[in-house]
Amino acid sequence: MFKYVKLLTLLLILATSFVQAKVIHNERSLYRNILVEDKGDLRCLKFNVKSTKTQQSCYLKSQPQQLVFNYTKLLMASLLLNPEPKRILIIGLGGGTMSNTLAQLYPNSHIDNVEIDPAVIKVAREYFGFFENENVKTYNQDGRIFIKRALLKKQSYDWVILDAFNGDYIPEHLLTKEFLQEAKTLLSDNGMLSSNTFSLSELYAHESATYQAVFGDFLQIRNSTNSNRIILVSKNGLSNTTIDTKNIARLDARLTPYNVNIEQLHQNIVSTENNQNWPQNTRVLTDQFSPANLLNSK
Amino acid sequence: MTKKSNYSNIFIYLLAFTSGFSIMGIELLGGRILAPFFGSSVHIWGSIITVFMLSLSLGYLLGGKLSTRSPSLSTYGLIFVVAAITLLPITLFSQWLMEAIFLTVEDSRYGSLLASMALFFIPTVILGMLSPYSVRLLVTSSNESGQVAGKLYFVSTLGSALGTIVTSFYLIMWFDINVIIFSFCTLLACLGLLAIFINKIKHSHASELSHV
Repeated sequence: MFKYVKLLTLLLILATSFVQAKVIHNERSLYRNILVEDKGDLRCLKFNVKSTKTQQSCYLKSQPQQLVFNYTKLLMASLLLNPEPKRILIIGLGGGTMSNTLAQLYPNSHIDNVEIDPAVIKVAREYFGFFENENVKTYNQDGRIFIKRALLKKQSYDWVILDAFNGDYIPEHLLTKEFLQEAKTLLSDNGMLSSNTFSLSELYAHESATYQAVFGDFLQIRNSTNSNRIILVSKNGLSNTTIDTKNIARLDARLTPYNVNIEQLHQNIVSTENNQNWPQNTRVLTDQFSPANLLNSK
Repeated sequence: MTKKSNYSNIFIYLLAFTSGFSIMGIELLGGRILAPFFGSSVHIWGSIITVFMLSLSLGYLLGGKLSTRSPSLSTYGLIFVVAAITLLPITLFSQWLMEAIFLTVEDSRYGSLLASMALFFIPTVILGMLSPYSVRLLVTSSNESGQVAGKLYFVSTLGSALGTIVTSFYLIMWFDINVIIFSFCTLLACLGLLAIFINKIKHSHASELSHV
């Protein structure tokens, strides 16, 4: 059954790639250009026209459940650490795909979405079926400020998802040791943090060193096709969070309808514990030193 | 004598260049200093640019006024030294100050405006005073006043352009923000003290000459 679904999706994507893309919404927000493009059954959110790394969020109009994007599937690997997150914080909304999927998977969990650009929130609601209810909330705020205010209110989250980077620009204050420390404090006792990042060349080392400085060794899953990677850390460090293989079976049945192969993901997870692929003396990014975008373009 | 005054004019232009360089370097760093507490939304830059423009405008007014009271190279140098001292709190107390503002002001627009005010208003007013004061020191006849003012704005704004590009392209990639600001302070203070020193030598030299 799973194979057929996969094949069907593949065929659909293939078929749609021959169809001419049609821009159905185009607007210049305070922060970027926002484009909504229809290509047959596939609808995508884009933040810039010319760059190749700009597709923020895509979904199939006929099968909104299916996760089209590889990185959203990769993010699901985090559930291996904690299969029942009760309070979830998503920084960076995009089309709202992640929030929608998690709201279906965990209808009783509380999800807070934080997005800096009001135009993105509007587009997610109008064109991507992003839904909100008493459990799913959206805040138009800078991610760092949201976390600082949440700390003051003594809130905590079981799962924090950082998805505020796109291939073209990194908000540098969301990639410093101080910020990660704040995010770590916001985690519940066995809380976890997943970060979807695009670091290339020099930034790869600096980003890794910064995460390691705050969380110790971490897990990561890479996408073979581009520079995309998911960094997965937990409040208690790696040693206390060895993946319970029972979780794989538990999650498998639930995630298959979303086109996520959790067993495959489990095999692809790499720990930095015995796999550190950046120089030991790499400078950690701080609020005082955070030239992330300059480092990423070198 | 004309050659000597030429040298002192070049020195004044150099100082004006440095002040333009530092102003924009600091303005650019302002965004990074505020980001951890007030985010990187568009209104952060709104706050910073507003405060810099406001304080420069007041600085021009005050500097012009001050230049009518026995203008001298040593007062000019003193303004540099004071500017350097008033910049120091940015490196020393900004965390504490921004935290206090963050806790009291919920709206990050007014929070960032207040924080920019607290951190950048006084030093930028003082740096702004230097422009009209430089014109006063350089102008010797009303005929050339426009040309001198034009040259001075050319030099100091060129300094601003360079301060912006050097800080954003290179300095932030090499150094901590505090190290960069501290270097600006040191540079301004040293040039200011040099101006005071040169003025002293000139005066003692002049008085020696008059004795002969």
